[in-house]
Amino acid sequence: MSPESLHTGLKSDRRLVLLEKVITQHQYQKESLLEILHKAQELYGYLDKDLFLYISNALDLPSSHVYGVATFYNLFKLKKPGTHTITFCLGTACFVKGVEQIISAVERAFNVERGETSADGRLSLFITRCIGACAMAPNVIVDDEVVGGASKEAVMNKINFLLGDGKVETR
Amino acid sequence: MKPDDIIKLAERDLNLRRSYKYRINVCCSSGCLPFGALKVLKEFQDAVKEFAVEEECKVARTGCVGTCYLGPVVVVEPGDYLYQNVTPEKAREIVREHITKGAPLKNLIYSNETFFKKQLRLVLRNAGKIDPFRIEDYISTGGYSALIKCLTKMSPQEVIDEVSASGLRGRGGAGFPTGHKWNFVARAPGSPKYVVANLDEGDPGVFANRTLAEADPHAIIEGMLIAAYAIGAEHGYIYIRAEYPLAIQTLKRAMKQAASLSLLEGDILESSFKFDVKLRLGAGAFVAGEETAILASIEGRRATPRPRPPYPATSGLWGKPTLIQNVETLANVPLIINNGGAWFSRIGSPRCSGTKCFSLTGKVKNPGLIEIPMGIALREVVFDIGGGIPDGKKFKSVQVGGPSGGCLPEDLLDLSVDYESLTKAGAIMGSGGIVVMDETSCMVDTAKFFTDFCVDESCGKCVPCRVGLVKVKNTFEGIIRGEGKVENLALLKKLGNLIQETSLCGLGQTAPNPVLTTLRYFEDEYISHIIEKKCRAGKCFTSHKEASRK
Repeated sequence: MSPESLHTGLKSDRRLVLLEKVITQHQYQKESLLEILHKAQELYGYLDKDLFLYISNALDLPSSHVYGVATFYNLFKLKKPGTHTITFCLGTACFVKGVEQIISAVERAFNVERGETSADGRLSLFITRCIGACAMAPNVIVDDEVVGGASKEAVMNKINFLLGDGKVETR
Repeated sequence: MKPDDIIKLAERDLNLRRSYKYRINVCCSSGCLPFGALKVLKEFQDAVKEFAVEEECKVARTGCVGTCYLGPVVVVEPGDYLYQNVTPEKAREIVREHITKGAPLKNLIYSNETFFKKQLRLVLRNAGKIDPFRIEDYISTGGYSALIKCLTKMSPQEVIDEVSASGLRGRGGAGFPTGHKWNFVARAPGSPKYVVANLDEGDPGVFANRTLAEADPHAIIEGMLIAAYAIGAEHGYIYIRAEYPLAIQTLKRAMKQAASLSLLEGDILESSFKFDVKLRLGAGAFVAGEETAILASIEGRRATPRPRPPYPATSGLWGKPTLIQNVETLANVPLIINNGGAWFSRIGSPRCSGTKCFSLTGKVKNPGLIEIPMGIALREVVFDIGGGIPDGKKFKSVQVGGPSGGCLPEDLLDLSVDYESLTKAGAIMGSGGIVVMDETSCMVDTAKFFTDFCVDESCGKCVPCRVGLVKVKNTFEGIIRGEGKVENLALLKKLGNLIQETSLCGLGQTAPNPVLTTLRYFEDEYISHIIEKKCRAGKCFTSHKEASRK
């Protein structure tokens, strides 16, 4: 099965070649759906309709099944994330140590709600349930860096630094 | 490779280890990495070269020591000197003074008798002591000798009998006797049979399984191999959260190394026993840790539980007999085989033998990973090992068992940690989370937090959990908005009991625990929220005001 034959609107680029390779490695087995979705998200950043159709064709699964699985699991993103992402851990230890107050402050200051991306697409705010670094709670992941023992001020400074020129509208 | 070759390899590596005068163990697990552990490791490696002590001092990358609150943590052997908050500068100093001059740096050494004294590290026997990326390290500490004993001296039934005699119970939370389970799967008709190692540690506030996988992956693999031999399984899966990148990497490498020494796949140690293991990544679904949901997820479907029977022991993966065990349970198995079931049954309390790993977090001076013998009192865990509450605050509550565990008050602190006592008090063993709360935590807000979590994570398949929990959540929101009525309390109790009794799986059956226990032990806080519209901890009505300002 060649990528082109699937007619799903995905560009034939390197990412598609790599995705196809992983699907072949899994011998087009339906049980490998989660692995394939992980790979697709790793390559494309998020999952969209074209990817769902492509994977459903490749594994010979109804597209509703692929969509159903992808929406069931929290880690699969269905929307394009912003240039920068800030992910708050909302595990029990972080909750007890007051992460909720930091989240609300960031939401207000940068005009972005949890699970959403700012209007200019530069900052996404995500919530995750426990990264397992509870001894350092509260934890915040700024892009790929885990910041332990986070304070409101430290997080605000980090974000302001990331956004640099301050183009994100603040109230 | 034959069993003899493994034994020779162990001797060779042990001699190599003994040839070093010093060994510096640098903890590089997920707890210490964000504090810059890799930079510290690099600095140690450079420093031993620079001071020309490479021949006598081995620098090793290891897993978790347990004192996550001191990270990055470094332990220097012999003598187990524990250095805290090590920076690259301090690393250089340690090599210069301790290694080259033999003078430990007293001002940097952390000594806390009580944190370690009450612990008993069996499952975590190798954590922080061996390099998880080197199979030789595991083998030289006696690793895979239990497997060799099984393959060369024991029949599968003898292995099962030994595990039964140990009294080992499932560490995933439910506490089902492991030997019984193995017997069921061994006797179930159908082939092939499967072993699933459950590392879907989805509970917020719990990181014991992750730490085990990062520190000692081969203990899990050896446990799986012995289980597979006992029940006659050919294939295995390790189901792990995708949120644990380091544990995934460690396990992958461990599997590859085990296969290269013919300890996995093919004819294992040139016997007729065959067993292969695949790694499956979760994708952020708490319910996937439930035993029927994990099967659905491995098969590439939505992780929704199904009614039992049939139990996975008779009809699991693709309808075949399947043994599902938590990784902590599996890591106990090699110890039981090597030392005997009778030895194991004498550890811990009479009804619950062995130890349990807990992640101790929240408002406690020494948060970290601990392993305690079953049956010790919660008070010892919180105040002796945990060091009590920081900043002079007062203890309020301890939650045991993850998001669906109960919140217990001070007068229950003398409760012993075992399955039955905890369940009787309204808490659960769960997968091993202990979260301590002080007077600044509001119990109404806390119960709402756990309810929110369970609402998010409910798979939506059965009505009591899907609809009931939302009703509970809405009631809480009313109370926190200041619209609570005294009748709400009776409603919460009724709903809680109903959800417990009628939900399909463990998630729903335990989800009301935080609500019911806070109602049972902290009813006065609910009353003051409802009647006086006051939150003594100052959490509820202010956050509501903030939200409305927004």
